[in-house]
Amino acid sequence: MSEPNAVAADPAIEFHNVVKRFLRHDRRDESFLAVDRLSFAVAPGEMIAVLGRTGCGKSTMFNLLAGLIEPTEGTVRVLGHDPFHEFNWYRGKLAVVFQNDRLLPWRTALANVELGIELLGKDEEERRVIALGWLERLGLKGHEHDYPHALSGGMRQRVSIARAFAVNPEILLCDEPFSALDELTGQRLREEYTQLVRENGKTSIFVTHSINEALQLGERILVFHRPARIALEARVAGGDREAIRQRVLEAMNPELAGVDDRERAA
Amino acid sequence: MTRSWYKLRKETVLALGGLMLAWQFASYFFPPYLFPPVPAIAQKFLAIFLDPESLANAGATAARIFAGLAVAFLLGVLLAFLMGRSERNYRYAYPLLNFIQGIPALSWVVIAIIWFKGTEPRILFIMVATTVAAFSFQILDAYRSMSKDLFEMTLSFRPSKRDLFRTLILPTIVPGMLTAWKVNLGNAARVVVVAELVGATGGIGYQLLQQQQLFDMAGALAWTLVLVVFVLIVQQVITKLEDWLLAYRPRAERST
Repeated sequence: MSEPNAVAADPAIEFHNVVKRFLRHDRRDESFLAVDRLSFAVAPGEMIAVLGRTGCGKSTMFNLLAGLIEPTEGTVRVLGHDPFHEFNWYRGKLAVVFQNDRLLPWRTALANVELGIELLGKDEEERRVIALGWLERLGLKGHEHDYPHALSGGMRQRVSIARAFAVNPEILLCDEPFSALDELTGQRLREEYTQLVRENGKTSIFVTHSINEALQLGERILVFHRPARIALEARVAGGDREAIRQRVLEAMNPELAGVDDRERAA
Repeated sequence: MTRSWYKLRKETVLALGGLMLAWQFASYFFPPYLFPPVPAIAQKFLAIFLDPESLANAGATAARIFAGLAVAFLLGVLLAFLMGRSERNYRYAYPLLNFIQGIPALSWVVIAIIWFKGTEPRILFIMVATTVAAFSFQILDAYRSMSKDLFEMTLSFRPSKRDLFRTLILPTIVPGMLTAWKVNLGNAARVVVVAELVGATGGIGYQLLQQQQLFDMAGALAWTLVLVVFVLIVQQVITKLEDWLLAYRPRAERST
């Protein structure tokens, strides 16, 4: 089912038998299993795409990784530390690009990009230089002083990417950041994102529900089944993309396994 | 935008002008202690601004309004944050504030007279008691309306508590604070007059009491106008401040 995981001895990210249960609001004595004994590791500088259907626990995994929630069982280690209990240790080391741009509406594009650097305590001049550099790099020169409402969806998402890169994090977490954009803008931003991650040697986890996006962005793809556990782990780099696509498709839709293309199309 | 502003101004002028004409018309048929002529009211109104003692009375009322609102605002912010931080605090504070909000201003006047000796503490107490609940609820609403998405995003950068407050919470609640000031200013102006009627030796309320004892309707209306003009001016100042602080919003979303 899965390929051997060739991850360095000191992984940047490691999930070990992670279980996450949520108490149900309507029935307090019952819990809902969102993540089921999830184990995987990501090497420093690796780009991983996490793929799965809606509700398969991708976002829960993402929140565990970002330290926003605590695992019920098992351990999560990011850069050798616990993201939930050592939350502040990750200041400047981890950045997130969310599904929607989440720009602060009262800040200009420039001030939004400066947010993370400002929280690192850098002085005004330094953060301005860094933020202007990232805005220019992402094609937003001339829009530095525009408020979010005056920017298009693609431009706003660029600002949010610039905001994440500006803190120069070691790890980048992306939660379907291009899913709300039109195909052309999404494609262009995917290319820019891949280039930036590779150029800057970042470790990246990219959550998506699009197979094409996963194939384009991931050096390795993890397919999740509900509750979050790995149904398939496939290395994309150097592999036969069509064969991988087929395997991913079947892992995501087990009922399609063994059905040929014509039947599937029907 | 310019056109609608002009239209609004024209309508305002027509409405207020119509009221003045109707009043003037009534003054021809009723004695001056019931309907004094408009020029007599205007004369008294202007006289207030030319007499330093009268101006001091108006200033005293303005100071009482600001002092009462400032204390109520600070208390309201504190209570809103305590309620916002814990559901348990909210469950205790909500019924109390709701109860306080239901007590009429006149009851607070009676309570203040019994509890406090000096005029100023009495008025301050009445002002705070009548506006603190509204401030708390309005600021709590603004705090609770904070976007969960923006909260998570800001948290992902691991800010300190101080930075979280500065970069996210404060800008989120500023519009609610301004609205609370606008609403409570009107309430405070109404309450301060009642508070000054009882026991004060200066201020617009005291002056209104004097006019009532002299049966001077023109004087009573002139002092009332001073209070209304003061409220309108302060509301305009808050609106301008709002325009400046909320300049990031598309114009259609700003209050006008």
